[in-house]
Amino acid sequence: MSEEQVKNLEKQFEERIARDEKIEPKDWMPEKYRKTHIRQMSQHAHSEIVGMLPEGNWITRAPSLRRKVALLAKVQDEAGHGLYLYSACETLGVSREELYEQLHSGKAKYSSIFNYPTITWADMGAIGWLVDGAAIINQVPLCNTSYGPYARAMVRVCKEESFHQRQGYEIMMKLANGTPEQKEMAQDALNRWWWPSLMMLGPTDAESIHTEQSMKWKLKRKSNDDLRQQFIDQTVPQADLIGLTIPDPDLKWNEERGSYDFGEIDWDEFWQVVKGHGPMNKERMKARVDAWEEGQWVRDAAMAYAEKKQERKEKQAI
Amino acid sequence: MKNETLYKYILGIADNSLILGQRLGELTGHGPSLETDIACTNMSLDLFGQVRSYFQYAAKIAGDDRTEDTIAMLRKERDYVNVLLVEQPNRNFAYTMARQFLFDVYHLLFLQELQKSKDLTLAAIANKSIKEVRYHLRFSSDWVKRLGDGTTESHQKMQDAMDGLWTYTDELFHQTEADKAMVHEGIGVDVTALKETYYKKVNEILSEATLEIPESKYFQKGGKQGIHTEYMGYLLAELQYMQRAYPNMEW
Amino acid sequence: MSTKNWPLWEVFVRSKNGLEHRHCGSLHAADEEMALENARDVYTRRSEGVSIWVVESKHITASNPEHNGELFEPAQDKVYRHPTFYDLPDEVKHM
Repeated sequence: MSEEQVKNLEKQFEERIARDEKIEPKDWMPEKYRKTHIRQMSQHAHSEIVGMLPEGNWITRAPSLRRKVALLAKVQDEAGHGLYLYSACETLGVSREELYEQLHSGKAKYSSIFNYPTITWADMGAIGWLVDGAAIINQVPLCNTSYGPYARAMVRVCKEESFHQRQGYEIMMKLANGTPEQKEMAQDALNRWWWPSLMMLGPTDAESIHTEQSMKWKLKRKSNDDLRQQFIDQTVPQADLIGLTIPDPDLKWNEERGSYDFGEIDWDEFWQVVKGHGPMNKERMKARVDAWEEGQWVRDAAMAYAEKKQERKEKQAI
Repeated sequence: MKNETLYKYILGIADNSLILGQRLGELTGHGPSLETDIACTNMSLDLFGQVRSYFQYAAKIAGDDRTEDTIAMLRKERDYVNVLLVEQPNRNFAYTMARQFLFDVYHLLFLQELQKSKDLTLAAIANKSIKEVRYHLRFSSDWVKRLGDGTTESHQKMQDAMDGLWTYTDELFHQTEADKAMVHEGIGVDVTALKETYYKKVNEILSEATLEIPESKYFQKGGKQGIHTEYMGYLLAELQYMQRAYPNMEW
Repeated sequence: MSTKNWPLWEVFVRSKNGLEHRHCGSLHAADEEMALENARDVYTRRSEGVSIWVVESKHITASNPEHNGELFEPAQDKVYRHPTFYDLPDEVKHM
């Protein structure tokens, strides 16, 4: 294809997206579109399955049977969401195994927030309320993204996730209304998870690469800073409602903007965790790699059995 | 308590689901594939669902301040009456599936009988659980076959798992005092009568999976009397952690 | 030992009798039984289905979007296949 033809195709492609047409797997697409999508969707998938670990950490210790089943179902959903998103990546010709390889070798990123430890039961509440809350803000607009398989996966994810945040907030509410010891546990969790949740919405716009292109492709509908503001504005009243205090002395309602002003985010901490030096980076990766490697003989056995069965079937047919 | 024996009988059923559900829950996030992970969590959820129905009923019978959670999480180790089989650890996926399979075959036979119980609550719980357990058995049998008749390595691992767990199977068919009394009243299931069918079904699948039927003549017992293996204490330490560390609170 | 990965399957779920099976996603499985079981566990956790089809993805033949012109556009001007093409007086009811 000549350069001009490619330019022409690219122009038509961008016009289709601008008209809100969806792009499907077999459609022509610019290589950059394909690569960007693989990167974003797989990061998203990795975040789901690494995200199972900090919460999975409390399944065996959940304080009641009701909480235990809710947590099991939530962590299971995350496996499902990882699966939907890996499948969406696979429509672009990259296999799940390749994506795992990228994760396990440290080449691929996942949401940094899962590199913090879950040290009390209240962390299950804080994660559901804050981390899922921030995730939903990010994800809802993606239900309308330009790449069909991604948009469809996100519709499913968002539908299923609607109980996750409620589950977390309910845990926090119960703790906040409980004994002083429980309330303290809730406040402590909020103190530890608040800032990482704000960081989760990404670096400030000034430092964010990819944004403009991503906006055009509807991989992103709002800037990181706008999303962060939206998250803060909706979360502060929720904290007030249950009598917990956001750990930010600079947090103040700004009448003029109709939004909360908030304090400085410690971006050094953010980059430290992103670069692999958070409190739990190594443990999280080890858990994923172990599960995969220890599962190898199981997956091999299943394939060997399937092949034998197929052979038997073919023999019978003769 | 008006009906202490029925209460004890219910614990004898429910503790199996509780402890097996807890073991499966340990695996969430660590399965050999995402699909298998999701499936094992589903079984765990089914089992905990059953546990809640049983313990809610037990709490009602107790008629005091006991709840499903205090029954599940605030007994001493000696008061848990699950069979030793279900508390055995997840050594590897072959053990997990072998344990599941050896319990599922029993569980299905048991529930088929419990459906006929004169106690309508128990019959109703059985009626609901039986569909779940039929699926568990399908799932675990398939995996016993896959691993048994898969690769040399998986065959060996599944054989080791069966050999290791076989010694815990006989206990499934031991009758407790509560069992005897409840059988007499037409409420309970005579587990001794399930034994023959159980081994027949198990052996069928093992043969299909190209596995040797373990020949152990020595069997372990004690779970039904609250005398557990050393693994149990650690399992309970996790299960009970919150209720013990923060007593008398709501979650 | 060969390390072949579990192939990809497409999953179709009928949400209730009377409706068609609809594609709802994909998954990995070693064989058809596992594909069905995995589909049940992954895609019907919230009572989404009463019947499942699974088919290994490689068995699906798909049309190529480059041929969309010749495949689908010729149907666009065949307006006479639609009832609104025919002019009838308003007095004619139920037709």
